[in-house]
Amino acid sequence: MLRALGKRTAAAAAASSARSSWRSEKSLLRQSRALSIGVLPDGVDRTSEAYEANSKVMEGLISELQSHIRKVMAGGGAEAVKRNRSRNKLLPRERIDLLIDPGSSFLELSQLAGHELYEDKLPAAGIVTGIGTVHGRLCMFVANDPTVKGGTYYPITVKKHLRAQEIAAKCKLPCIYLVDSGGAFLPKQAEVFPDKENFGRIFYNQATMSAEGIPQIALVLGSCTAGGAYIPAMADESVMVKGNGTIFLAGPPLVKAATGEEVSAEDLGGAVVHCKTSGVSDYFALDELHGLAIGRNIVKNLHMAAKPGNDVVQQAAREYKEPLYDVNELRSIALADLKQSFDIRSVIARIVDGSEFDEFKKLYGTTLVTGFARIHGQPVGIIGNNGILFNESALKGAHFIELCAQRKIPLIFLQNITGFMVGSKSEANGIAKSGAKMVMAVSCAKVPKVTVIVGGSFGAGNYAMCGRAYSPDFMFLWPNARISVMGGAQAAGVLSQIEKANKKKLGVQWTKEEEEAFKTKVVEAYEKEGSPYYSTARLWDDGIIDPADTRRVLALSVSAALNRPSEDTKFGVFRM
Amino acid sequence: MASLLMMLRRRSVDRQSLKLTKYFSSSSAEKLSRPIEKILIANRGEIACRIIRTAKRLGIRTVAVYSDADRDALHVKSADEAVHIGPPPARSSYLKATTILDAAFRTGAQAIHPGYGFLSESAEFAQLCEDKGLTFIGPPASAIRDMGDKSASKRIMGAAGVPLVPGYHGSEQDIELMKAEADKIGYPVIIKPTHGGGGKGMRIVNSADEFIEAFLGAQREAAASFGINTILLEKYITQPRHIEVQVFGDKHGNVLHLYERDCSVQRRHQKIIEEAPAPNVMNDFRSHLGEAAVSAAKAVNYHNAGTVEFIVDTASGKFYFMEMNTRLQVEHPVTEMVVGQDLVEWQIRVANGEPLPINQSEVPLSGHAFEARIYAENVPRGFLPATGVLHHYQPVDVSSTVRVETGVVEGDTVSMHYDPMIAKLVVWGENRDAALVKMKDCLSRFQVAGLPTNINFILQLANHWAFQQGIVETHFIERYRDELFVDPSNSDLAKQSYNAARHVAALLAACLLEKERSNGPLSIWYTHPPFRVHNLATRTIEFEWVSEYDLNNESKLTLSVTYQPDGRYLIETGEECPGLIVQAAQLGSGCFRVEADGISSDVNVAIYTKDQIANLHIWTGQHHHQFKQRLGMELADDDGSLDKPRLESTSHPPGTVAAPMAGLVVKVLLQNDTKVEKGQPVLVMEAMKMEHVVKAPCSGKVSSLQVSAGQQVADSSALFKVKEEAS
Repeated sequence: MLRALGKRTAAAAAASSARSSWRSEKSLLRQSRALSIGVLPDGVDRTSEAYEANSKVMEGLISELQSHIRKVMAGGGAEAVKRNRSRNKLLPRERIDLLIDPGSSFLELSQLAGHELYEDKLPAAGIVTGIGTVHGRLCMFVANDPTVKGGTYYPITVKKHLRAQEIAAKCKLPCIYLVDSGGAFLPKQAEVFPDKENFGRIFYNQATMSAEGIPQIALVLGSCTAGGAYIPAMADESVMVKGNGTIFLAGPPLVKAATGEEVSAEDLGGAVVHCKTSGVSDYFALDELHGLAIGRNIVKNLHMAAKPGNDVVQQAAREYKEPLYDVNELRSIALADLKQSFDIRSVIARIVDGSEFDEFKKLYGTTLVTGFARIHGQPVGIIGNNGILFNESALKGAHFIELCAQRKIPLIFLQNITGFMVGSKSEANGIAKSGAKMVMAVSCAKVPKVTVIVGGSFGAGNYAMCGRAYSPDFMFLWPNARISVMGGAQAAGVLSQIEKANKKKLGVQWTKEEEEAFKTKVVEAYEKEGSPYYSTARLWDDGIIDPADTRRVLALSVSAALNRPSEDTKFGVFRM
Repeated sequence: MASLLMMLRRRSVDRQSLKLTKYFSSSSAEKLSRPIEKILIANRGEIACRIIRTAKRLGIRTVAVYSDADRDALHVKSADEAVHIGPPPARSSYLKATTILDAAFRTGAQAIHPGYGFLSESAEFAQLCEDKGLTFIGPPASAIRDMGDKSASKRIMGAAGVPLVPGYHGSEQDIELMKAEADKIGYPVIIKPTHGGGGKGMRIVNSADEFIEAFLGAQREAAASFGINTILLEKYITQPRHIEVQVFGDKHGNVLHLYERDCSVQRRHQKIIEEAPAPNVMNDFRSHLGEAAVSAAKAVNYHNAGTVEFIVDTASGKFYFMEMNTRLQVEHPVTEMVVGQDLVEWQIRVANGEPLPINQSEVPLSGHAFEARIYAENVPRGFLPATGVLHHYQPVDVSSTVRVETGVVEGDTVSMHYDPMIAKLVVWGENRDAALVKMKDCLSRFQVAGLPTNINFILQLANHWAFQQGIVETHFIERYRDELFVDPSNSDLAKQSYNAARHVAALLAACLLEKERSNGPLSIWYTHPPFRVHNLATRTIEFEWVSEYDLNNESKLTLSVTYQPDGRYLIETGEECPGLIVQAAQLGSGCFRVEADGISSDVNVAIYTKDQIANLHIWTGQHHHQFKQRLGMELADDDGSLDKPRLESTSHPPGTVAAPMAGLVVKVLLQNDTKVEKGQPVLVMEAMKMEHVVKAPCSGKVSSLQVSAGQQVADSSALFKVKEEAS
């Protein structure tokens, strides 16, 4: 941000000093013409009680989040990290730092995947994934963490690997696999091996992406045993590091058991064997740094220039303005109590360039806010919730999505939704029909879509606002987010009524206390399962982000999603 | 009034230039029929450039000559015309009198300025010019001849009443007789070739048993350099000062002096810092010295510029005539600075037959001037001449009080064929202290990278208390050796220096990051600071510190950089070292303003790549540090048997003796399989006409000796091995 600012001011200063007075008047005119009429107001009352309460709650939520993140960043613990170092191996994030362009950004995904999911601690699900640039080209990185259970694949590890591949396939990102894994985690083989979205899918994806011309590059920095061996074998190009990298279908113990042959790991499947004899690997690296350098070189030679769009350096450098208001204030805008409401425009004002937002259908269906803006110069269409979705709001949403799809403008969904309006009036007005229109539009729009849950995400609102099932290119949560089919209290009410009816049928008396206990249990379960950690641990999203990072994360996500060539949208049948 | 007067002190410029015009024009009636309109400069480098500058100011056209090595040199570009005169070795180009005269005829030059060195003190050449009808801008051939032979010159001086050092100047050169004469004079005795100068072939003999070897060596060097191997002997004065007087004569019999220069501070008998006037000298002494110099010049009917060198015995306060240099000296600018005159202009006017513009009583003396000679040389290796490319060369800005006399530009090569001097830094101040302060400042800002220089050493010298007080003598460097040279084994100093280097490395890292940032693509993925999800971006930067200390592996610096959210850098250089918050702003190419720990300062950075290694130079405050960084990981060879590129550009197996410099092997003293003692000479090399004996580093057996006499060897190439004998 600072750089962009610096460059712009320097350029502006140079330009203005060079200009004669009549020209500066002209440029002033041009500037005023370029000014948006839609500059959003600040919209935040910093003296309000809610502001203070929100700040305080968010402070707690962020410090909790950061403490979880710190644990994840520490990998498999001090002992395992030390052991890793003693083998002259780097940690996965260090490896990625050396692969990406110096001084460039890295958008890591789903850092808290696997959080409190198993009895074993599985920081980051034992695999680091994310997007960064190599020689100016966006790439998807998939890096095993050998300090976490030897880099073995738990079910969630597989899921995270597949999610990275899904993004890569969708955004046409070359994949760089930093392989250092013992293969499938055998005790959980039933959840890892047989199903469609299991281990085998990794290689299926490699094959199909390769077929589509999405480069698949494997850097073998550690062991690649059994199924893992197919990652480098299925890659377009692979690098092996002398001494540390090994590839074999069966390791020395299994070989001895099977055939009686006694052989060292290096002789069985080391870099020398595979680069000189078997041809399983293409590049011989003397050490890890060398291997990573070769990896960068492979990307340099991809000739992605032949494919349009795939070079962020080539993406036109656009001039842009920072928002007028402090992005850090998003931490105080995020609601502590989801029953309260806030104007989504105060969020938009802090994530879009110059806080300029040209609102579409401002006076109609006011519980849904739609409009055009730019983020880091990139035009986007923004859809945000300002309350329950009514008929009008849903129709407005569908209309706006159609507009953006036709103009190929990326969509950003800011979810804070309790659902569609219920009740007889609403049903009679065809709320289901209106909702279906919006869901149809969301589902079929082929533009890049990024969803951020800034508050609640309940019921069909989640669908219409591009929840996980609608395959947004990226989806992130704020730490205060809640996701469930309905609120805990509502669910408890519904369930206790059904239970009460059942008991009545059986003639059983339900005491007030019993009913309350029943309700509490339901509320607690909803509370737990609706938490952002529960969601992110299971990869229902791509990560929990600090509200203050929203602008940066959106900009990077949209940029990554725009890596693919734009497509025409074809909608299905809208129920009229 | 162009460039040179600009550099003379502004204060005196107007006055002096008026005076010059007045005097010279008043004597126009006495001029030769046709004044010089075109000069050929039979020289190269800074002196050729210096002469061209004055000639241009006077409206005189210039012709440069050049060898193959100098095809693109600055002096060639600066001259109006240039003539190619042969291959790089001086004897085939700059010393080839006939070719040079031919060049003069072809271009229509009427006069030849010989500069210093090369043909400047060749009486034959001066005579040849005269015979062919060209004006030789210098003294008459007879004076060169008289003064060129040291023995003859002393006879003449003795007759003229100029004081002489006791010695033997006979033509009988029998070794036994010479030794007897030496014994008579009493040791220490100095041996000198009768011809030539610049310290070449000189030897000091402390005792009778060293005499023979030194004598033979001197003969050999004299023969190689000057073609004449006659030797003279003199009493060696233990605490001498080298003071010389600038004299000037015209063709009308007028001779005057322009005061003295002190050139006592020398290494390898060659000057490195000169100053005018001499410090700690009474006015009486000054005028006696000047009078003696004028008498010396008059005794040989001298005209044009000359320098009479005296040796001053600091113990007795007596001075003796040493020799007269019949040319414009390297260090003439210090005199110009204190007298406010352009000596090259005087030379041309005198050659035109005009009388001197002023008389003795009119010679002004104002302020104090220093000249520091910046050489490409290897100070720790005994000031051995160095060769290489000036990858980065940014001298200080010139002003009315700061002159930079140079003949090279960035990218030029300092070759083994000629003198390795890069530049002369000349500064003037109201008094000695003021001039010294200025010189030190200029030295610390004088940026050279690509080859080793003596800049740091001169700075060290200039900072020495004895030098500050003007307590100089020719053994200055030896006497204060311990204070002037870095002791590579001094671990305390090494530690101190290492800590300083660490700090500087952090500044350097910030500059490099800033440079990378400002050159980075303007894309959301390259905004500053780089984005990380719930984390700060970090990176590791590794430098190899190039120091004068034996550090083993201590020279490796690992810097861990954390990008701060506000765009600054937290740079940690070690566990025991607190992190530094650094911010750098680029002001120009290689020029940064760096703020570290609340102190902001100017930092200059130069980077060049050689052999897959980035060489990083940084100038900050009084210091210049050098670091290296390995590059080209991506180009490393696939073959596992090959090592990655090493930081040392060359490395040899243990026991190997490498050439200390690029040069010619003149003599191989031993053969393979000969037993040697530690320190025993094995072969003799020569570069820039200086002999250097390569000795056995340890006792053992010589092996792998592949070089032979007459062979040219590159710097650091393997000469031979000494296998240590298993005891």
